[in-house]
Amino acid sequence: MTPETTKAAYVRRGEKDMSGCAIVGVMSEAGRRFPGDIAIRAIGAMHERSNGLGGGFAAYGIYPDRSDQYAFHIMFDHPGAEEATRAYVERHCVIVQDEAIPTRALEVIGPRPILQRYFIDLRPKARERYYGLTEEDIVVRIVMHINCEIEGAFVLSSGKNMGVFKGVGYPEDIGRFFRLDEYEAYSWLAHGRFPTNTTGWWGGAHPFGLLDWAVVHNGEVSSYGINRRYLENYGYHCALHTDTEVIAYLFDLLMRQQSLPLEIAAMAMAAPFWSRIERMGEEARELARTVRIVCGGALLNGPFSIVVGHRGGMIGLNDRTKLRPMVVARHDDLFFIASEEAAVRTVCPTPDHVWHAEGGVPIVGALKEQAVA
Amino acid sequence: MSVRESNTVEIDARGLDHRVLNERVRAALEKDVPEIVLRNVCGQRYIGAGLTNDAAITIHGVPGNDLACFMTGPRVSVHGNAQDGAGNTMSAGSIAVHGHAGDVLAYSMRGGRVLVRDRAGYRAGIHMKAYGDLSPVVVVGGTVRDYAGEYMAGGTLVVLGIGRSRDEPLAGDFLGTGMHGGDIYLRGSVFDWQLGREVGRVPIDDAAWEWLMALNREFARVFGIADLRFDREEFTHLKPVSHRPYGRIYVH
Repeated sequence: MTPETTKAAYVRRGEKDMSGCAIVGVMSEAGRRFPGDIAIRAIGAMHERSNGLGGGFAAYGIYPDRSDQYAFHIMFDHPGAEEATRAYVERHCVIVQDEAIPTRALEVIGPRPILQRYFIDLRPKARERYYGLTEEDIVVRIVMHINCEIEGAFVLSSGKNMGVFKGVGYPEDIGRFFRLDEYEAYSWLAHGRFPTNTTGWWGGAHPFGLLDWAVVHNGEVSSYGINRRYLENYGYHCALHTDTEVIAYLFDLLMRQQSLPLEIAAMAMAAPFWSRIERMGEEARELARTVRIVCGGALLNGPFSIVVGHRGGMIGLNDRTKLRPMVVARHDDLFFIASEEAAVRTVCPTPDHVWHAEGGVPIVGALKEQAVA
Repeated sequence: MSVRESNTVEIDARGLDHRVLNERVRAALEKDVPEIVLRNVCGQRYIGAGLTNDAAITIHGVPGNDLACFMTGPRVSVHGNAQDGAGNTMSAGSIAVHGHAGDVLAYSMRGGRVLVRDRAGYRAGIHMKAYGDLSPVVVVGGTVRDYAGEYMAGGTLVVLGIGRSRDEPLAGDFLGTGMHGGDIYLRGSVFDWQLGREVGRVPIDDAAWEWLMALNREFARVFGIADLRFDREEFTHLKPVSHRPYGRIYVH
């Protein structure tokens, strides 16, 4: 009697697990690259938090031989979408290499879209055409165009030396499906989904990626409409029918476009209550007031715990009243963020230090200087 | 499952689904085994849930969420940390955590004891309640975060702040917000702004102090702490100012 078959028996009897999403971030702050098994096992330890309608991973440092090109992971509903996307991308970019994302045939993974990756360079003429924009701004425009204008095409990730792998299924199955045990990354994000507000579909699984940002999220963004409208002013268009998308774009807007330090970006998204602001010293109070007023549209309301990956590491953030769980741990060069302590201990039985995140206070894992990437 | 001595059953929980593990615990208890030892526990939920037996359950590892929820009887000790929701709606029996606990500790607890050696997370003791002879008691050896004792309707929450660093607050904001029954004892001081508007500070009378010291001795004995000597003056005692704080809201 294996646990697996016993579980199947419960499922046949129609018993149900109560769920909430699961998130994991694990990285080597020394920049040491390690295979995806560790992320798969950690997220798999929280199986009950997902319901098989979404799982995904982000991996940093996986394309060292192509680290100068943008790696576009794109899903297509039909071959026509692939052709239209290729034609559009080639107008602005040189496709240096393209291939199907390798997968493993698994019975548990149902109908799947076409999954391709492209390593691309921007054409000099695209830079001339958008002379006021940075290279990254242009990439954001390309992603927005594909997601909004090309029917059946969705960009899963668009950063350098990183990629998002996601789909409909339990995360541990999605990890095996994408053969993540064969990739080596210095930083991994993982997500198990229990969809609450929108349907489970391949593009709606987490992480959400834009440039080298990737976001996994447990909770719900009840301010989605306000955030979405705020982001539209800056050229971000939400096309993926899931609230988490706005978090990825907010990080790109606040930290890349506007170069705000993390503390300020976190203060905008998980702003302290006015009652707490009133108790601050004069300088801090003025700053907090200013951020709440100027960046009001970036305030994320509702319960959430998120892990945000980027090329330099990862950030964990909880809503200010801490309505979702987040455990943090360190062991040697390894840094962990997870929904449950058991996820950490499954892959690292005796970490040096384990603690709980505080609401609204960012938790930072950072690649040491001189490390790879 | 192996019988170590005639009256102890050991279960190796490594890799077991939570339902399988909990069924094995129940199967052992049906044979009136007085002590169950669970080894290599890692995240399995609902251990001890709904059990009414008089037995000891010793857990090695980190049990999953909702440890001992709806439990009415067993004595659970955890040699490791607890996750979220330990003691959820528990009515009798005890939990002793030789480590820290996550959020919503003792949520809606109705009776019995929960002792946590180190700190607990957000919302400790939220909506505990008491009725008749039942009155839950929660002791946290370290500190608690925001919303401790929120909407508490009965029972006792004690926060001892043992070993906390100078910059670590004893409790967070919104302490006892909406509280309308029971007692909160904190070994240390809190600012007025930390308190919900439904609680006030009251002195500790002799009977309460004696009871509290007996509880502290029990805490020290369970966790093998040699000497816990406290002064009455160190403690802050909070009680609700009204047992129907929102009564007026519904008056037209």
